Amino acid sequence: MMKELTCIECPKGCRITVELTDGAVTSVKGNDCPRGRKYAESEVVCPMRVLTTTVRCSSGEMVSVKTDKPVKKAELFELMKKINGKIVDAPIKTGQIIIENITEGINLISTCNIE
Amino acid sequence: MKTDYDIVVIGGGPAGLAAAVSAYDNGARDILIVERENKLGGILNQCIHNGFGLKRFGESLTGPEYAARFVAEVRDRNIETLLQTTVLSLSADKEVTVMNAENGVKVVRAKAVILAMGCRERSRGALNIPGSRPAGIFSAGAAQKFVNIKGYLPGKKVVILGSGDIGLIMARRMTLEGAKVQAVCEIMPYSSGLTRNIVQCLDDFGIPLYLSHTITKIEGKDRVTGVVVSAVDENKKPVPGTEIHFDCDTVLFSVGLIPENELTKEAGIELSPRTKGAVVDQTRETSASGIFACGNVLQVHDLVDFVSEEAEIAGRCAAEYSAGERKEKFFVHTREGAEVSYVLPQKIDLNRAEDVALYFRVRSTVIKASVVLKSGEKTIAEFKKPIVVPGEMQRVKLSASLFGDISGDITVEVKKQ
Repeated sequence: MMKELTCIECPKGCRITVELTDGAVTSVKGNDCPRGRKYAESEVVCPMRVLTTTVRCSSGEMVSVKTDKPVKKAELFELMKKINGKIVDAPIKTGQIIIENITEGINLISTCNIE
Repeated sequence: MKTDYDIVVIGGGPAGLAAAVSAYDNGARDILIVERENKLGGILNQCIHNGFGLKRFGESLTGPEYAARFVAEVRDRNIETLLQTTVLSLSADKEVTVMNAENGVKVVRAKAVILAMGCRERSRGALNIPGSRPAGIFSAGAAQKFVNIKGYLPGKKVVILGSGDIGLIMARRMTLEGAKVQAVCEIMPYSSGLTRNIVQCLDDFGIPLYLSHTITKIEGKDRVTGVVVSAVDENKKPVPGTEIHFDCDTVLFSVGLIPENELTKEAGIELSPRTKGAVVDQTRETSASGIFACGNVLQVHDLVDFVSEEAEIAGRCAAEYSAGERKEKFFVHTREGAEVSYVLPQKIDLNRAEDVALYFRVRSTVIKASVVLKSGEKTIAEFKKPIVVPGEMQRVKLSASLFGDISGDITVEVKKQ
């Protein structure tokens, strides 16, 4: 299987083609530097993203939140469903856990203070 | 209310906060930050995504987290702040007229003023797109405030015009919240956004980016019902027969940012037609003695990390000024050479024997670029860069040891190696 992606290691944005056989990377083409190869290899196997969003506070304000580690890209919408059902109460401190173990031991934490 | 300060900072966003902290750390004590909103941090408060601070802190912070670091620094120093306070006017002799609900209208006098008002978004009106004026048309930043601060989703089917970073960020944000973002159209043949945002906000969600395309018609009477998108030729004129129709209830504009310089103009400060910000020297002092400018009010930055860096220069130099350290200045000007759309600072005081960071932008992508600084016909410095792109501000250091080689204006040009 071939996968195409754009490298984000530098502004050049090389178009990289990765060949996968049975889930293993067999070739990386189009990258102008070794950083591109590394990026492409991790990106095609299991792309990970930090999810940032908001949860509602009972006072009406929105609390900005993020996952404290990158989560699987494929899981983002499922996590959004969990998060959007959540209502929290003030006060909230930056770094406070909003949803513990939202997935695979990763927590959803606040990125702001609400008094 | 106290009405005399050493330094008044107008704006409590990232530029104002870093400038105030830097002024304090360079000896100023009597500092006031004036902020229009009810909290410090400026636009960072609604930028809940991560990616801030990679250069400065070596980690990927969200906007509120980046702001909080500087707010904490301001609090640690007991720097005075006036929130929910609007600056009504500014005079060249550093009288700042402020207004809030508690004190009414008051004139505050400062020894030095730092302009840190940031920028605002270009609007639909600036683009002359035909059509009626239905509901559902927002600037990307306004939509961001609705979603992230107010908790409302402004629409369900979206087309975004402009591939500026805020538009890209909102494409992802609205998609995550359940909206269908059908297209991002960019009139230029390249995106003005950061590559990482193209990849992580569009590619990740399969949102198509139409380069060299623009919206040529907005449909709908009470609410947007659709848009027509057309390809444009090399002169950015729509090509008949290329129209694509999208049903949508929302259009977002992410078509550029303009430094917010109404106060600056009123004070009679010289503005640059290229940056739309004040003309400054390397201390970030404007044409008005003792009035400094930094951050997006001076030049629209891509990264807040560089805003903080620039604000620290302005803060330090404003502290020097307010302490009465003034030396005669000897200026040379910086000029835009081949491929360069602007250079900042526009003036360099050669009597100030410190290295100068020259910021500039290029007109087009150059791979294996050589940045050449010339004074007259003489090349005084040359820097090699693997790639320069219009979407990313460039920076080179002019060493003070080269000041002796400078005879007249300095031209910055970019060519292939």
